[in-house]
Amino acid sequence: MVSATTAALAKIADLVERFGPLMFHQSGGCCDGSAPMCYQRGELKLGARDVHLGDVGGQPFYIGGDQYELWKHTQLTLDIVKGRGAGFSLEAPDGVRFLIRSDVCST
Amino acid sequence: MRYARPNTPGAKVNFESRYDNFIGGEFVRPVKGQYFENISPVTGRPFTEVARSTAEDIEKALDAAHGAKQAWGNTAPAARAIILNKIADIMEQNLELLAVSESWDNGKPVRETLAADLPLAIDHFRYFAGCLRSDEGSLSQLDANTVAYHLKEPLGVVAQIIPWNFPLLMAAWKLAPALAAGNCVVLKPAEQTPATILLWAKLVGHLLPPGVLNIVNGFGIEAGKPLAQNKRIAKVAFTGETTTGRLIMQYASENLIPVTLELGGKSPNIFFADVLDKDDDFRQKALEGFAMFALNQGEVCTCPSRALIDKKIYGAFMELATERVKKIKQGDPLDTETMIGAQASNDQLEKILSYVDIGKKEGAKVRAGGERLRLGDGLEEGYYVQPTIFEGHNKMRIFQEEIFGPVVSVASFDGYDAAITTANDTLYGLGAGVWTRDTNTAFRAGRAIEAGRVWTNCYHLYPAHAAFGGYKHSGIGRENHKMMLDHYQQTKNLLVSYDPKPMGFF
Repeated sequence: MVSATTAALAKIADLVERFGPLMFHQSGGCCDGSAPMCYQRGELKLGARDVHLGDVGGQPFYIGGDQYELWKHTQLTLDIVKGRGAGFSLEAPDGVRFLIRSDVCST
Repeated sequence: MRYARPNTPGAKVNFESRYDNFIGGEFVRPVKGQYFENISPVTGRPFTEVARSTAEDIEKALDAAHGAKQAWGNTAPAARAIILNKIADIMEQNLELLAVSESWDNGKPVRETLAADLPLAIDHFRYFAGCLRSDEGSLSQLDANTVAYHLKEPLGVVAQIIPWNFPLLMAAWKLAPALAAGNCVVLKPAEQTPATILLWAKLVGHLLPPGVLNIVNGFGIEAGKPLAQNKRIAKVAFTGETTTGRLIMQYASENLIPVTLELGGKSPNIFFADVLDKDDDFRQKALEGFAMFALNQGEVCTCPSRALIDKKIYGAFMELATERVKKIKQGDPLDTETMIGAQASNDQLEKILSYVDIGKKEGAKVRAGGERLRLGDGLEEGYYVQPTIFEGHNKMRIFQEEIFGPVVSVASFDGYDAAITTANDTLYGLGAGVWTRDTNTAFRAGRAIEAGRVWTNCYHLYPAHAAFGGYKHSGIGRENHKMMLDHYQQTKNLLVSYDPKPMGFF
């Protein structure tokens, strides 16, 4: 249900080298929300209802259970764009920002 | 009129090439000596550098705050209120300067900063100066000789993390009650929009005793996290999104401290059939209420981003509403005629366009807009998006997720019950709008919608003294009202016996 562009994979590899294993969590809500957050693995305590959507670049990608119900009919692609700031996401100081692009699932 | 761009002849504001942190009453360099470029969304180009702080700077700010907390907490309410009023006065005297700066830093039109951000921020300090003077504890007479006194005491040193959509106003919403209640603050502005709050600190910082207010800039992961996780804070207040909100609560749980959170929404704006009953001022007001989704480029937590229109009037209403939206003037944010300006950052622009894309793929119909806008005159690389109207249904992702752009998703409803069901079919509950000429329907709908603020026959008003905050995933706590003082105070109960005789237990 989730894959990544070549550019996103390159950034993941770079972050893994500097910070070790990572995790992604899809955020909702305002400001930097509706976008994926990237942390050192284990930084965000996962809850019983978080859903593991798959792995990107070997790193697990999660979404909250309630949000999953609203997203599950779409296929997600992790991309990266120029950006500035993003909650506590690890890539932000590098002037880039992870972004989700979506397609409607064909099945 | 058009304001001159900063650092050009005739400009109201000239930015310095670099800004430091404000700690202990002084501007101080970040410990590691690093800075980051601050970009104006108006042009897409950097205009100054701001301190890129780390945990060491947070510790310095906390040292300063702890050094000041006892004296500030014991300062007479009258004296604290005078300082808040003086802050407001200086802001008023520098209103244009701060308004132009905010427009340049955030991308929002100066029309809005002049008329809303600044006047509201100024009033916020005055409001809490007043609340503070009228705030009082209570006492309980337990028996003839025993009294329970309830005294309000400040929490001490609090952390505040500020969003980028109304940078100065959101800082005022958090700072005014915290300072009024006698707390010292370490504040981290959003890294997208750090400039105006630093200009503000240069203007008013001297009014507060050193250490009472500390502003540390930088990125969330480098400066925000060591602040939110710090064992030397007594509370953290955050406005932002849900994953970071969870993380902030998680950090707070490690320290067993309270949080207040405002995490956004997906606000329904309901138009009942009678809004079109007459061709009068009220009809125009309702159409304006529909078009409000584009206010502040849609970068408002309460953006009325889901419009629900009574099926009986859908066609006629949408024709009028689309016409109204097409009249929104988009352009140079420093032109006072401009109604919507630039999105706050490049990633924000990209995210909005990605939602326009999934909206189309899910089969929603684009009724207006739907594209990035390229302006001329040096604004070619600015982050502009056309006001966009989608028509679809409430299960589409554009109806369920906060896009934080000038994008409204419109659906029709058949009957009152369907309107309320659809309005409440969302994870969030921050704002809502109800438009009708029937006061009974208005009241009933307002009570039935699960949201902290229901604008009734109006929208996007944010006066002090009207509580603001979320139901459901939209957050915890209320801002913008004197009850906010309670979020920044704790209750001391002195249980006092005036009986000279022994209690007789032992």
